[in-house]
Amino acid sequence: MPFEPPVESPASLTDAYRLLTDGGAAWRPVAGGTDLLVQITGELGPPPDRVLNIWGLDELRGINLEGDELVIGALTTYTELRTSALVGELVPALAAASATIGAAQIQNRGTIGGNLANASPAGDTLPIWLATDTRVVLGSAAGERSVPATEFFTGYRETARRDDELVLRVRVPLLPRRHVRFRKVGTRRAQAISKVVMALSWLTGADGAWYDTRLALGSVAATPVRARVTEAALDGNHPVAVSADAAVAALESEITPIDDVRSTAEYRKLVAGRVLHRLIREEGGW
Amino acid sequence: MTYRLTVNGVAAEVEAPGMRRLLDVLREDLGLTGTKEGCGEGECGACSVLLDGAVVDACLVPLCQADGGAVETVEGLGMGGGLNALQAAFLETGGAQCGICTPGMLIAGEAFLASGAAPTEAAVREAIAGNLCRCTGYTKIIDAIVLAAERQAGQPESRA
Repeated sequence: MPFEPPVESPASLTDAYRLLTDGGAAWRPVAGGTDLLVQITGELGPPPDRVLNIWGLDELRGINLEGDELVIGALTTYTELRTSALVGELVPALAAASATIGAAQIQNRGTIGGNLANASPAGDTLPIWLATDTRVVLGSAAGERSVPATEFFTGYRETARRDDELVLRVRVPLLPRRHVRFRKVGTRRAQAISKVVMALSWLTGADGAWYDTRLALGSVAATPVRARVTEAALDGNHPVAVSADAAVAALESEITPIDDVRSTAEYRKLVAGRVLHRLIREEGGW
Repeated sequence: MTYRLTVNGVAAEVEAPGMRRLLDVLREDLGLTGTKEGCGEGECGACSVLLDGAVVDACLVPLCQADGGAVETVEGLGMGGGLNALQAAFLETGGAQCGICTPGMLIAGEAFLASGAAPTEAAVREAIAGNLCRCTGYTKIIDAIVLAAERQAGQPESRA
């Protein structure tokens, strides 16, 4: 049987914070387990010294509208995102992204907090947070703090979360004229780890042009990234062919994906451009 | 540490480390070997079980997260004696060949039947998208789930 590290299951967030500062070996929090159990069983890197089971912390569940923000608890599963009326109405791209993650077995267990903390460059929800100016709320015995998603991913599988902190929730700002689109390219529709994953958002101006464009991609760098040169190429322009061509040229110059077991740098660059072009074309209706 | 869960309707006490995989608890501690290990990484669905009604991969659930929960495995499906409706449909359509995926397919199928969703081919394909089969080509498995769903809904049998 695989290695079985010691585990504690705190009954409350307060208890969890206390354990996180007990001065012992580092804790590895586990939410739905869909990353950690794969890492332990597959012996991918050294196993954790000890595990903090946060699955029972109901304080970290729930999807709520608070003012002009959608607040989503860290233990929210992909199944809950897919079936949430609030998400379907306010951020349908997030429901669409959740539907592409694994299949029912993974969607019933995988959580947004786990996706953030695991910080895989291929994490499927992560471009959505980057493209929507979402903030990640972290908590510890010292209190809560909020980090923009754009500052959360600090390196390959590294984040701004300290060892004594947990990801508590995300806060997604809701803007009335903002549109968000999501696309994932994998080997098959279900169960695939992405070759390229993309979220695009913009505000439609009174003139029909795009403003405050955000383009975020996964699987093309060591972390999920914003493509700011491409965003600048789209800002202030209508979704017409010449804009799409310019944006694709910008994107191809901007991203530097790598060859790995799932795809090649050349394919990733080509398909990222094609997917972006198609998204713009669909919006322009041409 | 002692964990308490209900397995196929029967209360079970398990003395084991909290990070033991539910899969190992079922197979090694409780002797329920109907649940299979395929990949051990959440790709193949051979270890699918229902945990509080939701289909999960038992290789990805630590025992501590099943504490107090209700688990249903393939052994629970025919407990009334004989085959249940979905098992009977698999037999009728020829939905099994080598058999290693069958327990997981049955459990994913049970989750689909419980959802009450209309049994379109697309919906059934999505419901078993997390379960790999290398023999059947899936067609007869899909036929079986559609057949069981139609019988459950009392609809005419269009594909039997």
